[in-house]
Amino acid sequence: MNRILEVKNLAVSFHTYAGEVKAVRGVNFYLDRGEALALVGESGCGKTVTAKSLMRLNPIPPAEIKEGSSIKYNGKEVLDMSKEEIRAFRGAEVGMIFQDPMTSLNPTMKIGDQIAESLITHMNLNKKDALDKAVQMLERVDIPKPEERINSYPHEFSGGMRQRVMIAIALACNPRILIADEPTTALDVTIQAQVLELLKELQSEMNTSIILVTHDLGVVANFADRIHVMYAGKIVEKGTTREIFYEGEHPYTWALLSSVPDLYEENRKKLYSLAGTPPDLLLPLDGCPFASRCRYCMQICKEKMPPKTELSESHSVSCWLKHPSAPKVEKPHILRRDV
Amino acid sequence: MLKYILKRVLYMVLTLWIVITITFFLIHAIPGNPLASLARNLPPQVRANYYAKYGLDKSVPQQYVMFLKNLFHGDLGESLKFPGRSVTDIISEHAPISARLGIQAILIGVIVGIVLGIIAGFKRNRWPDHLVMFVAILGVCLPSFVLAALLQYILSVKIELFPTAGWGTGKYTVLPTIALCFGSIATYARYMRSSVLDVINQDYILTAKAKGISNFSLIWKHVIRNAIIPAITILPPQIAGIFGGSFVIESIFAIPGLGSNLVDAVNNRDYTVIMGLTIFYCALYIISLLVVDILYGVVDPRVRVSEDTTE
Amino acid sequence: MTEATIDEKFKIIGCEDSDSEKIARPTMTYWQDAWRRLKSNRAAMISIVILAILIIMTIIGPHLTPYSHEEMIAEERNMGPSTKHWFGTDELGRDIFTRVWKGGRVSILIGVIGALVASVVGCIYGGIAAYFGGIVDDIMMRIVEILVSIPYLIVVILISVLTKSKGMGSVLLALCITGWCGTARLVRGQILQLKKKEFVMAAKALGVSSWKIITKHLIPNTLGIIIVSITFDIPGFIFSEAFLSYIGLGVQSPDTSWGAMASAAQNNLLFYPYQLFFPALMIALTMLTFSLLGDGLRDALDPRLRQ
Ligand SMILES: Nc1ncnc2c1ncn2[C@@H]1O[C@H](COP(=O)(O)OP(=O)(O)OP(=O)(O)O)[C@@H](O)[C@H]1O
Ligand code: SF4
Ligand SMILES: [Mg+2]
Repeated sequence: MNRILEVKNLAVSFHTYAGEVKAVRGVNFYLDRGEALALVGESGCGKTVTAKSLMRLNPIPPAEIKEGSSIKYNGKEVLDMSKEEIRAFRGAEVGMIFQDPMTSLNPTMKIGDQIAESLITHMNLNKKDALDKAVQMLERVDIPKPEERINSYPHEFSGGMRQRVMIAIALACNPRILIADEPTTALDVTIQAQVLELLKELQSEMNTSIILVTHDLGVVANFADRIHVMYAGKIVEKGTTREIFYEGEHPYTWALLSSVPDLYEENRKKLYSLAGTPPDLLLPLDGCPFASRCRYCMQICKEKMPPKTELSESHSVSCWLKHPSAPKVEKPHILRRDV
Repeated sequence: MLKYILKRVLYMVLTLWIVITITFFLIHAIPGNPLASLARNLPPQVRANYYAKYGLDKSVPQQYVMFLKNLFHGDLGESLKFPGRSVTDIISEHAPISARLGIQAILIGVIVGIVLGIIAGFKRNRWPDHLVMFVAILGVCLPSFVLAALLQYILSVKIELFPTAGWGTGKYTVLPTIALCFGSIATYARYMRSSVLDVINQDYILTAKAKGISNFSLIWKHVIRNAIIPAITILPPQIAGIFGGSFVIESIFAIPGLGSNLVDAVNNRDYTVIMGLTIFYCALYIISLLVVDILYGVVDPRVRVSEDTTE
Repeated sequence: MTEATIDEKFKIIGCEDSDSEKIARPTMTYWQDAWRRLKSNRAAMISIVILAILIIMTIIGPHLTPYSHEEMIAEERNMGPSTKHWFGTDELGRDIFTRVWKGGRVSILIGVIGALVASVVGCIYGGIAAYFGGIVDDIMMRIVEILVSIPYLIVVILISVLTKSKGMGSVLLALCITGWCGTARLVRGQILQLKKKEFVMAAKALGVSSWKIITKHLIPNTLGIIIVSITFDIPGFIFSEAFLSYIGLGVQSPDTSWGAMASAAQNNLLFYPYQLFFPALMIALTMLTFSLLGDGLRDALDPRLRQ
């Protein structure tokens, strides 16, 4: 079977002094071998928490993975793994790249050692072989003069180079899944493109599956096979990249799409502007989480959670507009154009 | 790096010179010139000798130049109270005792403090943490002289485990060392605890966890190494604290160290000794600051480079 | 559900009139929020209560007994605690209860005044250095560097040896001469950081006057750390005063302070340990409560922890 990761009903809460923050509220998705899946949503919608949960990296407490959640890797329940199993799982089966390359590397450890560390742990290499492999990894992520660079410290690298090092670390043991949490957000635009290209290249080379987390739909257009749109801890729309870009049905997806600059450059002025802020995750949510900002909001949206409507085998959306009784609305003008 | 050290040594000399100058002129600005007033009661012949010896027949600036010259040759002058006893002698005789006590206290204070702090940090909000923080709070709020008195009362008067006072075998150093290092233990335990908690929340710890390395590597190479480095920066105030603490502790335990000599000199108004010891302590402290700085550069790669490049 | 209500429910009402944003948590000012956090810190609140009791006692304590702090009762020397002398008497027959509170006045006053003076000087100094930057900053910070590279107790000893008159004034002077350096560095660091922040940049770009920037942005944003540093300075000053009095350079008899009392009691420790117990307890309590309060304030006022 091709399915290497299956997430069911994942719910994560944080217990803070102000109360329970329900950061992720029942998320379902799967990942196939060699596939690139994008999780898209604005800041604070729970993307990072979801991504970290896949490797059980959220600190417990304050985090709590709710009863009924399930994360299956190759059919094995990740949430039930023992400490040893989870350690063998991390780094060897799944690698992760974090948002901010400036703070993600240990400042007092040589780059080479940081890459070699997981090789020594998972591949049983001795230090010398591991460092040789680290040089190869640095070469693969296009760091010039890797033999010298393994002896550098992180502060001697630029942000883009550090993110490349992070990629080298994450891919060192040739994991089956790579989770990239906003790998380019902290970088310059030109560097962003390079890093993404590198990721894409390595993915096809090593046949790794990728979960790319981002708040920028523009980033994923040429990258992902499928896109899941997240809002306030839930996935509100799922589909192939084509389906989301051309047949997106959720008002929040529309809002995200219209904020992608390259796609609709000449329509910038008519931007579907998204006012307001996401709901407070401390408060209970009865209706549609997007209701307070949705221009199509109806009475029912405020009272009841919208059910999931399957539009095709791969495409589903959670919105009351799909209800038979709902009025037919036109997609915003700019989105109807073919690109 | 070499350039940096050179620059620091230069600063050190400058600072020391300023300290010497200020101390010198302050002492000589004391109304009624204590040196002169002491000599007044002497017979004329002796007085002339005395004046000549202390350079009192010359103007203050001349005396200053003379003082610097002597200092350059390692001569800090003579005691007013006990003529014939030079300050250099006092130092070479009593400093080793204080040094032994001080080094013992700083080593135990720092090591025990760091270990306790790390334990507390990792066992946050569980009983080891509460216990360590209780001890740390005690150490922060008990003045060393009170602790010394308590130790003396309980461990040597009541259960006669250690000698009450004096100096001799290692046994004599136990109580004063505890009294001296307790404050450092407390400070270091608190500092290390928050440093560990700080590092645990850093992104790079997450990266390390995501690699699936063993708990031992994670704690040792990633957490402790990064948490200890900033702890070096609070070493100088600890050293200064041990200097200060030694003044009272040595008096309480009747230890013939430099600290009790300074306190005696203060009480006797023995100005030349006060001046000499002040300069000595300052020099020692400034050197220790430099050593700590260099040490910091050695263990933290970030400092190493930034200093090379800022020049 | 009838047809009508279903239609009703599926009518687009949009988000313009939506008030759901308003039910978010009530907004709180920085100080309200800080106070709320402080209140939830039990150790800090208990410390405030104990401190208040200590301060009140230093004011009214000496008047609760029929004795004055200098009155020597020859036939009642070295008496243990009793109903007549609640904390006992010292070797000169003076009532320790009266003296503890009288001495507490001196200790606490030195702590508070010292910390305030040091903070004010430190703020002004650090503020000027950071605000003007460049060569001014360079020179000013070099001076501080030199000052802090002298062990401060040595300076204090030197100063108190020099100022012949003993008592609170010279102790305070001695303590303040170096005490402000820490605050100066702290304030400078904070302001340098703030200067880089957008809102200050923006104010500058808009041509807001320096005075306005300082009073509107820089001071309110540094006040938190200054308050915390004062809270930590006070016990430091009390400690140093005790130390000075202990080696005979502080307050002189018949006036007293906790340090001086502890020092006097040291000689009689073997026979009359209670004479040391009371002043030592007061020093420890004051240190403890100020430290815990300082911890609480730091947690409450640190904007980084604010959610
Ligand atoms: N340790 C924590 N304690 C309390 N709340 C947390 C914690 N970590 C995350 N949260 C909350 O969970 C929610 C989701 O956070 P998350 O980091 O997943 O957002 P995100 O989608 O990754 O946003 P961004 O694009 O800014 O990275 C946020 O509202 C945040 O406040
Ligand atoms: S369910 Fe209602 S509020 Fe939510 S997105 Fe759809 S239309 Fe908007
Ligand atoms: Mg994130």
